[in-house]
Amino acid sequence: MSLKLFREALAGRERLPRMWRQHALKDSYDAVIIGGGAHGLACAYYLAKDHGLTNVAVVEKTYIGSGGSGRNTAIVRSNYLTPEGVRFYNASLTLYEDLARDLDFNVMLGQRGHLTLAHSDSSVITMRRRAETNRLVGVDSRLISPQEIAKLCPDLDLSDRPRYPILAALYHPPGGIIRHDAVVWGYAHQADARGVHIHQNTAATGIDVENGKVTGVRTTQGRIKTDTVLNATAGWGTIISDMAGVKLPMLTRPLQAFVTEPLKPFLNVVIVSGSLHAYISQSDRGELVCGGSVDPYASYSMNSSLDFLEGLAGHLLALFPCLPKVKVLRQWAGLCDMTVDYSPIMGKTPVEGFHIDLGWGTYGFKASPICGKTLAELLATGRTPDLIRPFRLSRFAEHDLVGEGGAASVGH
Amino acid sequence: MLLLTCPNCGPRNVSEFHFGNEYNPRPADPAAVSDDEWVDYLHLHNNKVGVQTEWWHHGTGCGLWLLAERDTKTSEVLRTYLWGQNGDPETDSEGGSES
Repeated sequence: MSLKLFREALAGRERLPRMWRQHALKDSYDAVIIGGGAHGLACAYYLAKDHGLTNVAVVEKTYIGSGGSGRNTAIVRSNYLTPEGVRFYNASLTLYEDLARDLDFNVMLGQRGHLTLAHSDSSVITMRRRAETNRLVGVDSRLISPQEIAKLCPDLDLSDRPRYPILAALYHPPGGIIRHDAVVWGYAHQADARGVHIHQNTAATGIDVENGKVTGVRTTQGRIKTDTVLNATAGWGTIISDMAGVKLPMLTRPLQAFVTEPLKPFLNVVIVSGSLHAYISQSDRGELVCGGSVDPYASYSMNSSLDFLEGLAGHLLALFPCLPKVKVLRQWAGLCDMTVDYSPIMGKTPVEGFHIDLGWGTYGFKASPICGKTLAELLATGRTPDLIRPFRLSRFAEHDLVGEGGAASVGH
Repeated sequence: MLLLTCPNCGPRNVSEFHFGNEYNPRPADPAAVSDDEWVDYLHLHNNKVGVQTEWWHHGTGCGLWLLAERDTKTSEVLRTYLWGQNGDPETDSEGGSES
């Protein structure tokens, strides 16, 4: 234990350095970011770092990272299906690779390798297509056989006993896991250090729009005069957008997950099975972090359910028959803003000054750095970066959807 | 476990149903509406917290399409009924001309 830590402990709680400070809400800011998750905080950080804009407020309804950023299963990867998607997520993963150095905070990125299992011929074809699309963009992915899978993950049931035997897998070596809370804290700490004001327990209650332009944000702590707002509230996205009079093509669905008791390390890779609607990894604490597909109907409830646990446990046992006696420690849910093409909605809206970073559904956490960076560029310069142009809100009217359903998540 | 009362079969587990999104009536004459109105019908959702009217399909049951009024926060189902029946002014106003 470091001497500094020992001294601080003896000195009492008051002496411990604060990661982010508390400020009184000012009555005006150059930009207001609604939503204190990884996306909102990353945007605040890049606004300050890349563009020198520090008169920025992040308003968060409860505590930072309380939404999807704190509830995801912490998987990062860039093995998507469309070239636009691959390029985008790869830019994010590249930022993640340097994030600990950049933020001077240990985000515990473990690029252990990511396997997406194929259980049918059509699935094998999709994995092959993903591998080739990935390689064209410069991302390391390849299709591997059951023999190679066995070397990477010996505990998988690769026999013909399961109902849906494993035929192949998309192996993505740069994929892995990260400590999701650390990403939130790291961004918050660095944004705060650069002068951004982070306001927790401050809920947005209204957005003032005059002549089609944003003029302010009303919150539970007071009104903020501003002409630049970013809505980065994920599952609550339409509630905030309604305040500005912007209707969106999103539906909120809960996504559950659970962790097991800690086990000795046996799973070195991240395993995903689209057909079985299941993904699993082993954290640095030894817990198995398990997730599946969204709840089957739109809801704002964050309760966990027995049928989710039963269903996912059953699928995981088909993959790993060694796990039946492992105890589940904790189960939870978060809210996901789902779009029809499983791609996000980023950029400007018909209301001038009102920007959105939404529609991230079940795949938003892995994109946090690149979202923060590109949206910071948009907010600071007024120009939409090319990387996020495919995800514009107008694509629905233009019928130019970016279909990532085949690779965005599982079980849709 | 959410229970939905199918007008045909009675109360059944939600796993027998497929969620059909919010109730959003199709414009009577698709050729006559503006692009914005068509996009609104096709893509835009209300996604409100509270009671909403929505479609459900009893897919692994009798195959019926029904409407439900459900609170999206508590998941409490207030009632289920067939489109065009039950004296509901919103869903009955379409007449029977929908195809």
